Amino acid sequence: MYEKILVANRGEIAVRIIRACRDLGIKTVAVCSEADRQGLHVAMADQWVCLPGFKPADTYLHIERILQAARDTGSQAIHPGYGYLAENEKFAARCAEGGFFFIGPTPQNITLAGNKLAAKEKAAAAGVPVVPGAGRAVTSAAEALAIADEIGYPVMLKASAGGGGRGMRIFFDQRELKEDFPIAKAEARMAFADDTLYLEKYLENPKHIEFQVLGDKSGRVIHLGERECSVQRRYQKLLEESPSPALDETLRDKMGQAALRVALAMDYFNAGTVEFILDDKKNFYFMEINSRIQVEHPVTEMVTGIDLVKEQIRLSLGGSLAYDFGSVPKMGWAMECRINAEDPENSFLPSPGTIERYRAPGGYGVRLDTHVYQGYEIPPYYDSLLAKLITFGPDRKSVIRIMSRALREFVIEPVKTTIPLHRKILESKLFEEGNFHTGFIKMFVAEDDG
Amino acid sequence: MAEKRVEVRAPLAGVFYRRPSPQDPPYVEVGDTVKKKQVLCLLETMKVFQKIKSPVDGKIIEIVAVNEDRVADNELLMVLETQ
Repeated sequence: MYEKILVANRGEIAVRIIRACRDLGIKTVAVCSEADRQGLHVAMADQWVCLPGFKPADTYLHIERILQAARDTGSQAIHPGYGYLAENEKFAARCAEGGFFFIGPTPQNITLAGNKLAAKEKAAAAGVPVVPGAGRAVTSAAEALAIADEIGYPVMLKASAGGGGRGMRIFFDQRELKEDFPIAKAEARMAFADDTLYLEKYLENPKHIEFQVLGDKSGRVIHLGERECSVQRRYQKLLEESPSPALDETLRDKMGQAALRVALAMDYFNAGTVEFILDDKKNFYFMEINSRIQVEHPVTEMVTGIDLVKEQIRLSLGGSLAYDFGSVPKMGWAMECRINAEDPENSFLPSPGTIERYRAPGGYGVRLDTHVYQGYEIPPYYDSLLAKLITFGPDRKSVIRIMSRALREFVIEPVKTTIPLHRKILESKLFEEGNFHTGFIKMFVAEDDG
Repeated sequence: MAEKRVEVRAPLAGVFYRRPSPQDPPYVEVGDTVKKKQVLCLLETMKVFQKIKSPVDGKIIEIVAVNEDRVADNELLMVLETQ
């Protein structure tokens, strides 16, 4: 087992990783920007290294400084968390070169997963359904128009280096597509340093269903069931649950097998997530694979009893998968609300500042993953996630009840948070019935939002 | 008529940007005449960009905040002069 792991991240995920390490008897090193000196991850780690500056580019994204911190502290491994350098293949490779274990997938996995078009080609070759149209890059407006005519409008033009909802444009007709094609290319070049675009049919208001996969050194891959992530605003998830109320055993089986085929085709190692979209006729299509531990991993943990971060650590050392496909435990239901420092009543304007009054929810069926505390000053330079409130229970109804109770107990003031929005969502009849899709949030936000 | 000094302050803590993007020229320079609601600068808070718009018709007489530097809630960004 490792003696020491450096956590190359901040906020709640850094706290999460440090806790898993503590449980395994592994010493931890936190890194922090100057703006994060009061971060909870710093207080919890055995050692900490302050990276000068406050900008992500100078700190959490600075490969050299992070590797230096790992060298200086004698760390054997680095856990990148999610975001930041988690899906940076250069970082993963540099870790290996530097003699550090990178706790996550291989640089090859990261590279393939990051090329959204190539990943889709791989999936299609493995016999997994992909959205009609995706198959090759489109290099000219004329080509785009031809493909669009074939597959039928509306279509979506996507940046191959994008993903996670970024670099996507919807077109309902020829004229717009022709006009905006060069702009989309330029935008992709600027945002991702890669102007490769591809076209696919636009599916309106699909559901977003993803499968957690784990791969070990021997090439075995299993999945730990699905997560339902359709409650999203601007492609950012707000509320997730496991299992999905939309899947019956047959569909779950089919999609699960498809997820495994994609992972096996990629020789996937360690933890990852295979994302699908599901239309209203039970057709599913591979979207992308995320080569990292995800924000919403706790809902899978609660229904399987498996600590995914500990699994990542074990697998990275060459450990074998502890479960056979089919023997993964399945216990009840779990749900997660992402509590962000945003004002849902005011265009989701960010709300930094000091948390003057804080009271955490608790009780049976409640789990809270957070880095905030009373008196904590939320820095304005990083993302707005404050806490993940997770509830679990024997069935969906009881999980919703517990979540409503926990949200009512949760006090974070005077900063604005998304707690009121979550309460409204949980009170909605459509949500209770499990009858929602990615357009659902529009019922709760301003018309020009979502 | 005497000129009035109008202060433009940060509505939130964040990072101050003078340009729409690193490749573009700054929105405004000292001496520029601006109209009410014209974009003066950007403020980035928790990865969300806000356009800071001029509250009046006037002239930029001072740009106090430094490009890409952090600014606190209510910190002075620019000073305008109006009739």
